[in-house]
Amino acid sequence: MTASTNPDEVIVTENLTKVYPGDILAVDGLDLSVHRGEIFGLLGPNGAGKSTTAGMLTTRVLPTSGRAIVGGVDVVAHPAQAKRLIGVVPQSNTLDRALTVYENLYFHGRFFGMSAKTSKTESLRLLEQFRLSERASAPVLALSGGMAQRLMVARAVMHRPSILFLDEPTAGLDPQSRIALWEILSELHDEGQTILLTTHYMEEADQLCHRLAIIDHGRMLALDTPERLKASVGADTIVTISTDTPDREAFAARLRSTIPGATGAVPIETGVRLEVQGSHGVLPAVVAVADEAGVSISDLRLDEPSLETVFINLTGKDLRE
Amino acid sequence: MTTIETPLLIPTRSARAAGVTAFRALLARDLHVLVRNLREFLPRTLLQPLLLVFVFAYVFPKIGQGIGGSGAAASAFSTMLVAGVVGLAVLFQGIQSVALPLVTEFGVTREIEDRVLAPLPVDFVAIEKITSGALQSLFSAIIVFPIAYFVPATPVHLNVHWLILLTLTPLACLMCGALGLMFGTVFNPRTLPMLFGVVVLPITFLGCIYYPWAALAPIKWLQIAVLANPLVYVTEGFRAALTNAPTMSLWAIYPMLIGLTALFTFIGLRNFRKRVIA
Repeated sequence: MTASTNPDEVIVTENLTKVYPGDILAVDGLDLSVHRGEIFGLLGPNGAGKSTTAGMLTTRVLPTSGRAIVGGVDVVAHPAQAKRLIGVVPQSNTLDRALTVYENLYFHGRFFGMSAKTSKTESLRLLEQFRLSERASAPVLALSGGMAQRLMVARAVMHRPSILFLDEPTAGLDPQSRIALWEILSELHDEGQTILLTTHYMEEADQLCHRLAIIDHGRMLALDTPERLKASVGADTIVTISTDTPDREAFAARLRSTIPGATGAVPIETGVRLEVQGSHGVLPAVVAVADEAGVSISDLRLDEPSLETVFINLTGKDLRE
Repeated sequence: MTTIETPLLIPTRSARAAGVTAFRALLARDLHVLVRNLREFLPRTLLQPLLLVFVFAYVFPKIGQGIGGSGAAASAFSTMLVAGVVGLAVLFQGIQSVALPLVTEFGVTREIEDRVLAPLPVDFVAIEKITSGALQSLFSAIIVFPIAYFVPATPVHLNVHWLILLTLTPLACLMCGALGLMFGTVFNPRTLPMLFGVVVLPITFLGCIYYPWAALAPIKWLQIAVLANPLVYVTEGFRAALTNAPTMSLWAIYPMLIGLTALFTFIGLRNFRKRVIA
């Protein structure tokens, strides 16, 4: 397969693998394809290999084997060229502390070959767009976390990269700043920007991403739109039953076989999680089964399937663990 | 838009041309910061040489403790000290302008992660650090020179050998920039105090600043031991460029400066690569 022939594929990886010294397998044979104009998410718990994957795609981590093509350029063979086509917002604040807010943008433009005049106009325009104009001459250390994050996004898109990478963009941000950043990313997407982000926040993945790769232990477990991933659960209702009965295994089995429309039931730490297709009349049915089994229920909750459900079904564990 | 088209705001150019532009822009950024921080740069650069010359070449002769006695001998000492002081300034600048920021950028702020994403090969990001350090070393040599010349109480008699001065100065500055890169990639915020307390201290005390290398002849083992000190070749080189005093052979100074520059650059680049690419 020649990866670079399809101009609508901004990222293609083939069997991308990273083994760190000490035989630590961080990414295990990843095959990805990110399309132009989409917001693509890598969702997984901490240590799943998301950041390593982003690192390989952005020339900062050398793959042990496999290939990664970004914007038609092989990132291992031509890292300097690839760097012209990518914009990166790393996890930590990497703004230039010796420069002001404006200068961070201005010099970035210069690094990427803009003329002094273009870089100046673009910096001012971006400060306006990212609502940072008032802080233009402030030292970057004076920025709040949310503002610093916005400046890093502005810097990353300044040279009009083919793809914008964001590594856990909202980790450590307060809820307001998080929403502000989501809005910014949506605006950038409306302008046609292709975006790849890594996250372990379910809501973020669900809200922002058009397609998601769910990753655990360096392997891709599923890849689809959030809607279809959720639909793949095969149930439209998740019933979480809280109980302190000692034999949750047996209770789960009993629910699975008796409740009409039940597609699955698994014991969880606080009780049993039941998946049902068609929620009508499910609560009385659950209560009836519990009564028969002599199980006392302390709480019952109905939810639509979420990415969390998908993740638990795929890995047997909670994403928050 | 095809996949490898460059954005309209940026002229389309080859990877090499883009790299050259990025390299220049990185240098421009460093010089911009230098000029912006001149109020910190000047005292940091001038105070040490000023105190050194003031105490050794002004106070001591005035209070009758002049090294080398008084009169002509004291004057010879002041003359000899010029090369030492300028050499010391160059070395210090290499460390302060390259090693210290690097240790912070690697260990604390991770700013280096962004610099490494500039569109040029990673090695050149490190080489830019050496270049920037060399330029700042050169700048400090120029501003420290008048201090060494005018502050001493006894007259300084220089005999400038221009050919040596103009070839040796850039070489010495590059070597100190490369040394700065190596130190910057070897030390981390925790071990940084060791750099000054354990590495820089012996380099400066035993760097032939206060005495020419030939004068160490009575202590043969020391004269040989200090050959491992890179500062020796800088101060002896400046001495050869600025005075008629006997110095170490130029046949030793030039190859050693070139060899050490290559060695420090090699180690510095290797460590730099290791630290920015996993």
